[in-house]
Amino acid sequence: MEPIYWPSFFFYLFAILACGFAVAVLLSANIVRMAFYLVLSLAATSGLFFLAGQEFIGAMQLLIYVGGTLVLLVFGVMLTSQERFVSMKTMSGDWFIGLMAGGALLSLLAAAAFSVPQWGSPDRAAVENLPVQKTAAPIAMGLLGARVDQPGPDEPQRGVMSGYLLHFEIVSVHLLVVLVGAAYLARAKRKTAPAPGV
Amino acid sequence: MNSTFHLANLLTEPPGIAHFMTVGAVLFVCGAMCMATKRNALGVLMGIELVLNGANMNFVAFGSQYLQNGGEYLGLDGPLMALFVIVLAAAEAAVALAIALNFYNNHDSIDVDRADQLQG
Amino acid sequence: MGAFLDNYLPSWLAYTLAALVHIFLLLNLIAVGALVFIWLERKISGRIQDRLGPTRVGGKFGWLQTLADGLKLITKEDLMPVGADALLFRAAPYVSFAASVTAFMAIPFAGGAYPWVAQRLNTGVFFVIAVIGLEVFGVILAGYSSASKWSLFGAMREAAQVVSYEVPLGMCAVVPVLLAGSMDLVVIGDQQAGWFTNWFLFNDPATFITFWVYFTCATASVNRAPFDLAEAESELVAGFHTEYSGLRWSFFFMAEYGSMLSVSLLASILFLGGWHGPIPVASMLGLTYENGAVAGYLGNLLGCVNILLKGVLGVSVMMWVRWTLPRLRIDQVMTTCLKYCTPIAAAMFLGAIMWQYYLPHRNFFGLLPANESAYAVHEGWADQEGISSAGAVNMVEAADDSRGGLAVEGAGSAALLFDPATPSTSHVASAERGG
Repeated sequence: MEPIYWPSFFFYLFAILACGFAVAVLLSANIVRMAFYLVLSLAATSGLFFLAGQEFIGAMQLLIYVGGTLVLLVFGVMLTSQERFVSMKTMSGDWFIGLMAGGALLSLLAAAAFSVPQWGSPDRAAVENLPVQKTAAPIAMGLLGARVDQPGPDEPQRGVMSGYLLHFEIVSVHLLVVLVGAAYLARAKRKTAPAPGV
Repeated sequence: MNSTFHLANLLTEPPGIAHFMTVGAVLFVCGAMCMATKRNALGVLMGIELVLNGANMNFVAFGSQYLQNGGEYLGLDGPLMALFVIVLAAAEAAVALAIALNFYNNHDSIDVDRADQLQG
Repeated sequence: MGAFLDNYLPSWLAYTLAALVHIFLLLNLIAVGALVFIWLERKISGRIQDRLGPTRVGGKFGWLQTLADGLKLITKEDLMPVGADALLFRAAPYVSFAASVTAFMAIPFAGGAYPWVAQRLNTGVFFVIAVIGLEVFGVILAGYSSASKWSLFGAMREAAQVVSYEVPLGMCAVVPVLLAGSMDLVVIGDQQAGWFTNWFLFNDPATFITFWVYFTCATASVNRAPFDLAEAESELVAGFHTEYSGLRWSFFFMAEYGSMLSVSLLASILFLGGWHGPIPVASMLGLTYENGAVAGYLGNLLGCVNILLKGVLGVSVMMWVRWTLPRLRIDQVMTTCLKYCTPIAAAMFLGAIMWQYYLPHRNFFGLLPANESAYAVHEGWADQEGISSAGAVNMVEAADDSRGGLAVEGAGSAALLFDPATPSTSHVASAERGG
């Protein structure tokens, strides 16, 4: 028997954690526990990203998503809970329709994923002999507008065309707009004119 | 090119794109059902986060050189799109949270079923 | 280490053993560190307040005081409020502690050819910052699940504070990444080898200011005075840990002291040369791996002592600040972050870029030439296209002659990318030309 391929073991570990806590988010009625399970699910997802060799994406997932976005979410939960451990029950009719639709979608997606032979398990020896990529520089180069992974053979300009500089700029401006917009939306509105001198 | 699923060699063969896509599908479906069934606006928001992560998982899987089995290889497009998704998800969460807080200030509740004032 | 043991043992046993040894060492570092730091904090606070601090337990200096405290904590009853959410209340201290321990996994304690690090990551800086930021979840969960309004207020303050301070903290950490051209902590540390003039702290005025901004933000992000709003005892009883007692309470404190040490170690790697002392004693004595394994091991040991001393120094400065400055108000905390730290960090980021652009390959405020190894960054993707790193160095020099080069973010890659004078062997070299 072949020896165990350890990345595979860790894949199943993280996959079970991610999926299990995602289901827990769905089933839990308590909003704070939902947030907690979501944190664990997304952290396990970042483990899967590390396992796929995308260390930069995994670290960014931890930094931006888990450390930033979800703290914001929990903050929102704390600001808006009227009573302790607020829970809003889902109606059973909703559950039924949801489970039907969700189950159908899941079986469809899983069947589709496993129906393409090129998406199946790669050759073990080939994967084990792949060189380890030690740098995230290609990602930075891609964001600067130059692709290092698929340069055109005779047309050097193609490296510029296929980069992501424009997208990067659009996202930056978008973030600025969001920053201003969110601050405007969430600001405390004064009901009355402020007293003089305050 | 072994596409069939054998339980026996589960741990001896490396995970492929399909395995990651299945995890992504589970996250996606859980998120979609969260969005459909939760009545708390923040619960809906958490569903959106799960959906985005499920989609992200596919981008990462197709962009990873360790999972290739002779199919299409996204190369750098995968991680870069995943990065954009993460950033946009953060932006989306900030705005959605601002809207939810505003809604809470006006209605004293974040039950999305009570947001029916625009109903004709 | 795992790869080494793999030669003699079955591979699962080898890697498990290696992992266990790493975990054992790191847990000991945190536990013993907390033991020492709590004693140190009492002594420092005592001296600052013109007292003696603990003097009796364990003979001289009261150095066993923490152990006595620990015994007291273990024997205390583990209480939980009636209205608490039991699962989250029990889990919260472990969430904090796990985040604090995980940060140490990626922090190297010695560099060189065989770095002492549990898991070397090519995105080490961001991993460490991200994981340190996760500690806040324990605090938030503790505050929310305690069913006490003091805890809830503490947790909300903590959430707002940590999310805000991650922004300037990340910006400050990007500056050394920019200078080193790598996010690998081992590479960043080893680029500051040699005399203290090579430290990134003294690279230029911008990095000098960045370091102080980083230290301020790090103090705030590990929730230490004067930013310890989450446990402000004059207003909130004890903040997020009001309802905790016994061992669970002590886990929060182990996590806090662990995080203080990890941000100090990160500061020393990013700015203070990491395991390289102010005077390159190890290389003067020939304690490198070129002179055999024993010499190299001794050199690494020296480096490890060095970085730990710097870390303890950072923690001591945090204590000094704590017992000197009064606590800020919450609005003042947010003002410090958003109106001062973030703009200063952004400006210093820009300043570091400009400095590198106009005065490339110089360090110590532009007074000394930098050693060559510090700007010849080895880029993995350049290798793929058949360009050796030595070639990259030559190109950098060619770029210098022509127009001063662009030393931003790893001069090797920058010269490949942006310099039209470079004889192009790479397809990438067309970015400037094409645009």
